[in-house]
Parts: sequence; C-alpha cells; structure tokens
Amino acid sequence: MKRYLPFIIVGAVALATLGSGAMLYRAKRPHLLTIPTDKNVSGKGAAESVHVRGNPDAPVTLEEFGDFQCPPCGSMAGFIDRLLKEYHPNLKVIFRNFPLPVHKFAREAALAAEAAGLQGHYWEMHEVLYREQAVWSKADNAQELFHSYAGMLGLNLDQFKKDMQSEKVRERVDSDQERGNSLGVKSTPTVFINNQEVAPNEKTPNGLRATINAALKQKPSKA
Amino acid sequence: MTASRFRVILYTITAIVSLAGLADATYLTVQALTGETLVCGGSPDCFRVLGSSYARVAGMPVAAFGSLGYFCVFSLATFAAFGYTRAGALLTLLVCAMFLVTLWLLYVQAFVLHAYCRYCLFSAATTFLLAGLVIAIPPSRASPSHNPYRTYKPNV
Repeated sequence: MKRYLPFIIVGAVALATLGSGAMLYRAKRPHLLTIPTDKNVSGKGAAESVHVRGNPDAPVTLEEFGDFQCPPCGSMAGFIDRLLKEYHPNLKVIFRNFPLPVHKFAREAALAAEAAGLQGHYWEMHEVLYREQAVWSKADNAQELFHSYAGMLGLNLDQFKKDMQSEKVRERVDSDQERGNSLGVKSTPTVFINNQEVAPNEKTPNGLRATINAALKQKPSKA
Repeated sequence: MTASRFRVILYTITAIVSLAGLADATYLTVQALTGETLVCGGSPDCFRVLGSSYARVAGMPVAAFGSLGYFCVFSLATFAAFGYTRAGALLTLLVCAMFLVTLWLLYVQAFVLHAYCRYCLFSAATTFLLAGLVIAIPPSRASPSHNPYRTYKPNV
C-alpha cells in the first residue's frame, strides 16, 4: 500500500486542483449584459452629453463604458479608431464615462474631457488623455497636466477651468455612471455592440471585428 | 535527527509550500481564462501586469505554466519524500528553472511595466522559498542513475 501512497496523494491533488479550478471558472464566468430597449440611445442628439463618432444612422452601434486611467481602455481606444475607419459608414461609437474609484485621477480626467466637450473638443481631449495616460496617471498633480492639454488643444483655458468645476460637467459624468450602474457595468472597458455586451475575451481587435461582422449580418449594411 | 529524516521533513515542507503556489497560479489562470485580466475592476497594477503581452506565451496564460510547474514540484517532492531519489534530482532542476523564470518576471514588472501584481509577488516569494528549501535538502547518498523503483526505500 505504501508503494502506491505517493501516486494516490498526487492524483488526489490533481483532481482537487482541476475540480476547484473548474468551480472557480464557473463562478467567475462572465454573465453578459444586455441594454434593454427602453434604454437604447440613438446618438442623434437624444441627450446632449452623448458622445458619438461615425455615421449616426449606422446599423451597428458600439457603446463603450470607459475609464481614462484604465490601461486596457487606452489600448482599446486605439483599435476602436481603426475599426471606425474600417467599417465606415456601418459603425458608430458611443463613449460613456465610467471612472472607477480605484483610479485616483479617472474622475478628474472624465471631467476634463467633458469640459473640453463644452468647447466642441471632446474627442480631441479623449485622444490626448489616452495617449498621455502613462504620464498623468503617475503625476502628483494631474489637473495641471489636464490644463496644459487644454492649452495644447487651443481651448479657452479660463473657461475650461471653470467648466471642470461646474455642476453641468459633473452631471454629465454622473449621468453616464448612473447609466452604467443601472445596466450592471462593474469593470472597464465594458463594450456593447447593438445592445449586447461583448465577452471580456472578445475585447481584442479580432474579437470586436468578429462581433461587428455578426451584427452586420443581422442588420443590412449601408455600403 | 538523521539526514534521511531531515530530508523527508524538507521534502514534505516543499510539497506543502508548492500547494500554496499551485492555488495562486490556478486562481490567476482562471482569471486569465475568464478574461478578467483584460479589464479594469480591481487593483490597477494587477491589471497592468496581467493584461500585458508578457502575461501570455503562445496565447496561453503564463499562470497556466506556473500551475503546471507547481504541480510538478508538488509531485516530485511527494515522490522524493517517499524515497524516490531521482525525483529529488528532477525537483532541484525544476525549481532552478522556476527560479530563473521568476527573476525574469520580476525584472519585467520592475523595469518594463513599472507595476507589481500582488498575486505575482506571492508566486515569486513561493518560488524563492522553494529554492531555499531545495538548497537546504542534504544530498542523498544513493545514486540518482538508479531505477527509482529500485532506490525506493520506505522511511518507516
């Protein structure tokens, strides 16, 4: 019996590891969210705070809940730009602020983007914030950097500073966040394509392409 | 205490320590397979590390290789504790390889990603401890070239 004991111990540990790994996988497997029809946003001025890029009548809508300090959101911003060009005029992109509390400057960055949006430069600030993410994320005073980005974009700096503190800008960020919370968003980037959440493992250029192609098959293309 | 008894105790401790590494690496593997490492929601530094390109090799999460490594350490330490001398020699080689990989992963976290993931640091600490234990194990007098079944000597 003793001769076989090490085999029994090793076998038992292998089974226990596989079993607990499988149980953990089942528990952590993502439950994909859906945007109910009454919460759809057309992107045609339904709310002035909605930031839309691409053809407003596109058959495919990609809605992203993002955080400017989240590294995966930064990577995704780059390939969403490429997808917009690749799928024009069949894709429109909506960006929603969802600053996570674990990120120290995420909310301030969202306020900066919205303040730039009031001067008509939301997407330019969006691009700069993601491009410079590694710099301002580790700065002692990120706000100073946001001001310098506003200057770089040619914004009225005094107005920008006032807007960043304004109730209107705060409400815009809060409204996006409330929408995310009501849909069950917990992490960033959370991406919906035609109201169906994209699985975390599909949030890659190829995964998003496959999901957009599937959505295009269901809805007629504009091309 | 005889050297043989001391060896058995150290192999047993090695097996127990490797279980902690196995649990940690299995948890990270599941996180990678569910896609949790591709999003932000927990510690930002963990996601900077686990979501990076260094966290995968040929599409497989590095943590999965870690799980396999710790499982092999556990198996070899268990067999060595039961008197299989060749298992002890293989254990030393495996722990040395894991030690080198851990040094590389720590270098990546410190100098490339500039971020540390606490689960990865726990795994690194476990590997360092395993390396210490393997160094502390006194060498066996039996020749490792023997058939392990022939060199099997029940300790009780």
